[in-house]
Amino acid sequence: MISAFFIFNQKGEVLISRLYRTDFKRSIADVFRIQVVSNPDVRSPIITLGSTSFFHVRVNNLYVVAVTKTNANAALVFEFCYRFINICKSYFGKMDEESIKNNFVVVYELVDEINDFGYPQNSEIDTLKTYITTESVVSATQAPEVSSRITAQATGATSWRRNGDDVKYKKNEAFVDVVEVVNWMGSAKGTTLRADVDGHIQMRAYLSGTPECKFGLNDKLVIDRGAAGLSGPSSGLADRGGGDAVELDDCQFHQCVRLNDFDADRSISFIPPDGEFELMRYRATSNIKLPLKVIPTVTEIGTTKVSYDITLKTTFSPKLSATNVVVRIPTPLNTTDVDVGILGTGKAKYVPAENVIVWKIPRLQGGQECSLSAMAKLTSTTTRQVWARPPIDVDFQVLMFTASGLIVRFLKVFEKSNYHSIKWVRYLTKANGGYQVRELT
Amino acid sequence: MSIRAPRKGENYELSVDLNSEYREKRKDAIKRVIASMTVGKDVSGLFPDVLKNMQTDDLEQKKLVYLYLMNYAKTQPELVILAVNTFVKDSDDPNPLVRALAIRTMGVLRAEKIIDYLCDPLQKCLRDENPYVRKTAALCVAKLYDLKPELVIDNGFLEQLHEMIADSNPMVVANTVAALTDIHTAATSQSSLSPDDPALFPISASILTKLLIALNECSEWGRVAILNALARYVAKDDKESEHICERVVPQFQHVNGSVVLAAVKVIMIHMRGVRRDDLIKQLVRKMAPPLVTLLSSPPEVQWVALRNINLLLQKRPDILSNEMRVFFCKYNDPLYVKVEKLDIMVRLAGENNVDALLSELKEYASEVDVDFVRKSIKAIGQTAIKIDAAAERCVHVLLELIDTRVSYVVQEAVVVMKDIFRKYPSTYEGIIPTLCANLDELDEPEAKASLIWIIGEYANKIDNADELLGIFVDTFVEESYPVQLQTLTAVVKLFLKKPDSSQGIVQRILNTATKDCDSPDVRDRAYIYWRLLSTDPGAAKAVVLAQRPPISIPRTTVPPALLEELLGEVSSLASVYHKPEETFVGRGRVGADSVVQRKTDADGPSDDRFSAQKALQTVAAGQQAENLLDFDDTPAVEGRPSGLAATEVLSHTPAAANLLAGTSSNPLDDLVSIFGAPAAAPATPATPAGPSAGGGGGPHDVFGGLGGMGMGMGSLGSLGSLGSPAVPGALSSPSPSVVVPPSQQNQQPQDDLLGLF
Repeated sequence: MISAFFIFNQKGEVLISRLYRTDFKRSIADVFRIQVVSNPDVRSPIITLGSTSFFHVRVNNLYVVAVTKTNANAALVFEFCYRFINICKSYFGKMDEESIKNNFVVVYELVDEINDFGYPQNSEIDTLKTYITTESVVSATQAPEVSSRITAQATGATSWRRNGDDVKYKKNEAFVDVVEVVNWMGSAKGTTLRADVDGHIQMRAYLSGTPECKFGLNDKLVIDRGAAGLSGPSSGLADRGGGDAVELDDCQFHQCVRLNDFDADRSISFIPPDGEFELMRYRATSNIKLPLKVIPTVTEIGTTKVSYDITLKTTFSPKLSATNVVVRIPTPLNTTDVDVGILGTGKAKYVPAENVIVWKIPRLQGGQECSLSAMAKLTSTTTRQVWARPPIDVDFQVLMFTASGLIVRFLKVFEKSNYHSIKWVRYLTKANGGYQVRELT
Repeated sequence: MSIRAPRKGENYELSVDLNSEYREKRKDAIKRVIASMTVGKDVSGLFPDVLKNMQTDDLEQKKLVYLYLMNYAKTQPELVILAVNTFVKDSDDPNPLVRALAIRTMGVLRAEKIIDYLCDPLQKCLRDENPYVRKTAALCVAKLYDLKPELVIDNGFLEQLHEMIADSNPMVVANTVAALTDIHTAATSQSSLSPDDPALFPISASILTKLLIALNECSEWGRVAILNALARYVAKDDKESEHICERVVPQFQHVNGSVVLAAVKVIMIHMRGVRRDDLIKQLVRKMAPPLVTLLSSPPEVQWVALRNINLLLQKRPDILSNEMRVFFCKYNDPLYVKVEKLDIMVRLAGENNVDALLSELKEYASEVDVDFVRKSIKAIGQTAIKIDAAAERCVHVLLELIDTRVSYVVQEAVVVMKDIFRKYPSTYEGIIPTLCANLDELDEPEAKASLIWIIGEYANKIDNADELLGIFVDTFVEESYPVQLQTLTAVVKLFLKKPDSSQGIVQRILNTATKDCDSPDVRDRAYIYWRLLSTDPGAAKAVVLAQRPPISIPRTTVPPALLEELLGEVSSLASVYHKPEETFVGRGRVGADSVVQRKTDADGPSDDRFSAQKALQTVAAGQQAENLLDFDDTPAVEGRPSGLAATEVLSHTPAAANLLAGTSSNPLDDLVSIFGAPAAAPATPATPAGPSAGGGGGPHDVFGGLGGMGMGMGSLGSLGSLGSPAVPGALSSPSPSVVVPPSQQNQQPQDDLLGLF
């Protein structure tokens, strides 16, 4: 359990300090400042001095620190720190020194609410927002009945959703966003070293009452099962067929999803929170469709020149397009100048401060191909400079495309008033700093 | 009223504002007080003024006043009584949020006077109709137990908590379980405890049923509390174990990493009781994907997961056998994550994936961070030793790395090559010339010692061995001791192999080593060799050129008993450090704050004790500075080696005794070793359970000392130096009696300290 919780700024000044248990004094903060903030050698997120352990997470030059004297649950402590960071981001739009200082009263309220005696309590952002608000006026004279309802929600079996009767929409809508981050590491020869997809399904539910939802994907296990039990009255009969089912390595769900149901027959059923939430996360590693192919040819010409030939190829259908494509090609540290030429679309320039050639392509249609050739001139150095050879990084977004091949088959909403609901589904695949190819072997 | 602040300055202004007739002004003043409190200014003098603002229907203001009270109640015990009325009144407020807030705050005020008034409201709140109040009250019982255990027992709060396990609200159940567990832990840490103490919280079969029901309904944090309680349950038979596993498995799909790891813990514990092989297989199969998914978490959570995966793999190496690729380091992973990934990759290496692994490791060896590069090269060596079929490819990669001529790369590669020679004797002699060509580049003792060992070992195959060793003999006295020892042994080997051409050089080194060397270990070894050579060259040959036992990569880095213990604590700090809990928690250990206190105490009278402490600190600084933060309160009694206790200074400073006796298996060691550290940092087996770990630092004979020095360099431990000593120092030793037993290895660094007294 967590005995104390602090937020420090980069200089080690205490911005927030909250002792949950009585086994520490406030001065423990000084120990952290001396041992961690002003010690450049610290490279571990947990520091134990004697029997005192400091867990810290860095975010925007702030240290979020939890202190304990016990054999605490390390994963829980870090998850808690990150939850706190997310709550702050949601409340203040960002988490930095300024926002913490300006809102320290709310931060204290939050810190007090989400943890009691070192044990994390309800930290669902939507629920918290009903009774901890940035405008103090609201909480001032809250009627007891309202509070009762809030507390019932904060502790209830569906702690994530307000009482059914309170939620009313004229138009019942649900938006589903499937967002996939595709990670790829390619060797200089163009072969794939690893490729995987971290996907998450974001949902915005504007549904009245207490809707019971069922969600279906082209999950290979479900579809195989359906095919096996052919005689059964399967409603997904029409969907079955073709080999385009996707194999998910693992899925994780928002706490509203009944995990036992999923474990039994991989069905995803839940009562959604009101508004926006992350329904599930998943991971896929097989049959990843890489939207962009990057073929680098990097040749060192003597010791004074390096030539680059980078070709980008899209692999998806011509109806779709990749947007905001940014290719970052690292050059050696002793590069003096780079001549760049482009075949196809986009603009490229050498950024000396970062030692990279940045190639930007606003839009790249499916089936299109473009290439860049560049020549970097190097100064001759006497000392061999260590150069980490960072990989070439590609950033992009492709709408209505999933690298894993995942498709939402259905979203069914059942509610006792039997209203009609409209569902929207969007797909997006993007790279997030993890789509890389090595320059040289 | 007690002390008032002077009539000027910031506190005075605040005091005026706190008494202002305007509501907004007062509230603003409270905010400023809290701000001052946060940055560490003493605003306790404003206690009465702040207290006046407690009676308010502004919930936000109330919270702020409570926050202030929590901090200063202890310093103003006689004034706190003034707040009692409001608290008691609030605990009866129609608004459940106010009721809960009052009970939550009262529990942590830590003032005797308040506690007496706490029981009645608490009694009421435990039965409150509102679950939010009940869940807060449940935890408040644990707070009260922390302050005054007898009150909890006398008022029957424990019985009430036990009833609340059956509460209809899952969050109340979760907090009740957390509170009972907290009390249980507090009670078990007391020395005098009867097995039927009411504070104990044994999990019975009926509780189990209730917990399993609540598990699926409560919040993520509540799930962790419940899973922890499930982990303590002792299953009656295999059916029950199976049942628990089946009920817990769905939690693997939870989005919160700590829930996943808590579920892994429960499964690992209860799987011991499962006899159906198919179920075990199924459980292990289901465990793999969520573990891999944890690698997409933020780096800190990832790190915790990786450390635990490392443990899990030691128990069940098959768990992730097809998943090595997910452990490939990303370019922007933090170093602590990369290093753990390396370790796991080597664990998962097999003939089917070794090529991919090697090309990765080669890639890592060209990165900039020196520590990481070294670890990567070590990993290549470990792979070579682990997989016979891949050894040649590994050697090939190492040669390519040596070609880069980057100094630290070359040195590390040389060290690793020595291990490969140990495992595959006489297989790769062809590359010796390449290694020798880099002789001038070596400046680290470990690399030098390794190369010297190789030269000595293959002296008969290297034409100019005497010339090469001659270089080191010339600079003998300037070299570090490990290099000296190695040079000595290598020259003697050379002499035994080529007696004709090396008479001169051996004479010279024995002379220098016995006369001009200031290390007793080096001198002693030289004398032994000298005597051996002069009395019986045949025996000398048998001793110095004896066959060495083969080395291998150990499957586990922690002893089996400890491994089981740690697997029962998955996701805890202990499992992250791979060390038993006792090494860094409790048992008279004092936190870092009280050390600061002690230091200031000691600053006043500069008595002998203080100076003695200071002296010790200087000595131990750098070694394990943090240990000195930990002063043992109880005088050192058991398990103290007699040889050490004899020292006068030590009886005054048990912490130092601790340090020297090697009982201080500080987890920082582990951190140090993670980040590639001083030669002595343990890649060695973790200390056996219990604080008296490295206990018997008994008298060392000449050989022991000799072995000890061997260890210094021996952390050659690129191999983890487990089991069989991969230690050149010990290599030259003829019989097992000379070999340092592994159990003694981890106390060597401490023993070396002895020399300083």
